[in-house]
Amino acid sequence: MGWLRRNLIGIVAVLVLIYLFIPIAVVAILSFNDPAGKFNVAWNQFSLEAWQNLCGVPGVCSSFATSIQIGILATIVGTVLGTMIAFALVRYRFRGRSTTNLLIFLPMATPEVVLGSSLLALFLNLAFPLGFWTVVIAHIMFIISFVVVTVKARLQGMDPRLEEAARDLYAGPTATFRYVTFPLVLPGILGAALLGFSLSFDDYIISAFNAGTLVTFPIYIWGAAQRGIPVQVNALATLVFAITLVLVLSIQFVNYRRRRKLEKAGA
Amino acid sequence: MPSLAPTLSSPSAGAPPAASGVRRRTRTAYLLLIPGLLWLGIFFVIPLVSLFFTSLQAPTDKAGVYQPALQVSNYLVALQEYWPQFIRSFVYAGIATVLALVIAYPLAYFIAFRAGKWKALMLVLVVAPFFASFLLRTYAWRTILSDEGAITTFFNALHLLPQGRILNTPIAVVLGLTYNFLPFMILPLFAALDKIDPRLIEASKDLYAKPSTAFRKVIWPLSLPGVVAGTLLTFIPAAGDYINATLLGAPGDRMVGNAIQTNFLQFRDYPTASALSFILMAIILTLVFVYIRRAGTEDLV
Repeated sequence: MGWLRRNLIGIVAVLVLIYLFIPIAVVAILSFNDPAGKFNVAWNQFSLEAWQNLCGVPGVCSSFATSIQIGILATIVGTVLGTMIAFALVRYRFRGRSTTNLLIFLPMATPEVVLGSSLLALFLNLAFPLGFWTVVIAHIMFIISFVVVTVKARLQGMDPRLEEAARDLYAGPTATFRYVTFPLVLPGILGAALLGFSLSFDDYIISAFNAGTLVTFPIYIWGAAQRGIPVQVNALATLVFAITLVLVLSIQFVNYRRRRKLEKAGA
Repeated sequence: MPSLAPTLSSPSAGAPPAASGVRRRTRTAYLLLIPGLLWLGIFFVIPLVSLFFTSLQAPTDKAGVYQPALQVSNYLVALQEYWPQFIRSFVYAGIATVLALVIAYPLAYFIAFRAGKWKALMLVLVVAPFFASFLLRTYAWRTILSDEGAITTFFNALHLLPQGRILNTPIAVVLGLTYNFLPFMILPLFAALDKIDPRLIEASKDLYAKPSTAFRKVIWPLSLPGVVAGTLLTFIPAAGDYINATLLGAPGDRMVGNAIQTNFLQFRDYPTASALSFILMAIILTLVFVYIRRAGTEDLV
């Protein structure tokens, strides 16, 4: 009983983590299923069909490719614009700082239906054709705020003495930025970009409003949900999940090893 | 933070603050800001203005075509027709937020104080669900909560389910909302708890505080900024969501997001849809500001 009481929080923590992963496990398990009817919701029979034939159902892979393209474009632009704002907020003094902060905060405090519908209202009033570019524009808009917040946190957490040391060693502003500041902020920027890409790749609501007849991967899934989601969709989603998780874990591992080395060298 | 002091020593200004240098630095700041802020101005602020004007438009003879007007009655019509959806949205989102807080707190506490070298790994696991499709994860709950599934059978054996099932009831919608936005609760809670100096907790123990008293008097008050940020980041997307209600609920469990979506994309009743969006936005922003005032934490971002 004493052991249970001491470790109660740990047990609850592990249970919550398991809870977070149960639906993902279901998605992954059902990717090896050969469903009895058209709805892939209950286990029937083991099959590798979907994995061997990932693009076997029309529309799955083309919508997947569309989402990747949109994600890459929106992430690059959103990350550059957001990082610039984060630098300005942390490193410079200027008029209108609180307005800037509000403009960054508001998109995050606005429900996605409102973001999506308001952009659609603008495009409709301008008679702007809906499709690939309207979705890219919308995604850049919501990525910016998340990038600003992430990069800002990294910049604020940086030891200012490192840059002072560079200047003491006669590094000019450009050299200081290139060899000290930028490498130190880069993990934060990459993290923000990864977050931005996941948000874009996975976005349904805002895309649905502004896509017109364009079909992104989430829009494909939504449409398919009414008539049965093909097993291939589960396989692709599982693949994306596994690749991203391995990517993030290896970045973490490299960071951990590097920190250990530094700590040892410092000791 | 006040914005009017360009001459005070800026954090990274090594050079003496000569007037021209300061002016150049300010110019750099604006050059960095303008592209991003312009984007937000054109594709976030102007759309909201556009949404407002659309919400006042009047119908024409042609279906789906509207003309500029000042038809304030659109708002009354929208509220009259869709007030149950509004109530449902805020009740469902409210319950989901409280549930998420209760579930997230122990995990955030554990990562902040007990995880040791596993801290970074556990944080990755908390955000990992974002790497799997939101729609598919929500859809997976149909399998987990299905009528023949273990969970439904168990609760039915205890006669705890008023409708004899979980799927296609408000319970499933609330469970889906709780699950989907849980990481948004865990991360800010962790950030706040991680900042607490563990010595404060030791000090409370030295002063013979019971663990429950230490929690009530030390940990909980210091974690409040995280509680405020987490509840907002959970409540706002939950209140506007329509995916969970569509995939996990019955037609009678629809939320205001559903109403906005169907009016915009199916009925092409743009004024009603815009009015609904605007009311939702106004209610949420009011709640946010009242809540932040009350909780006394202004620096959320």
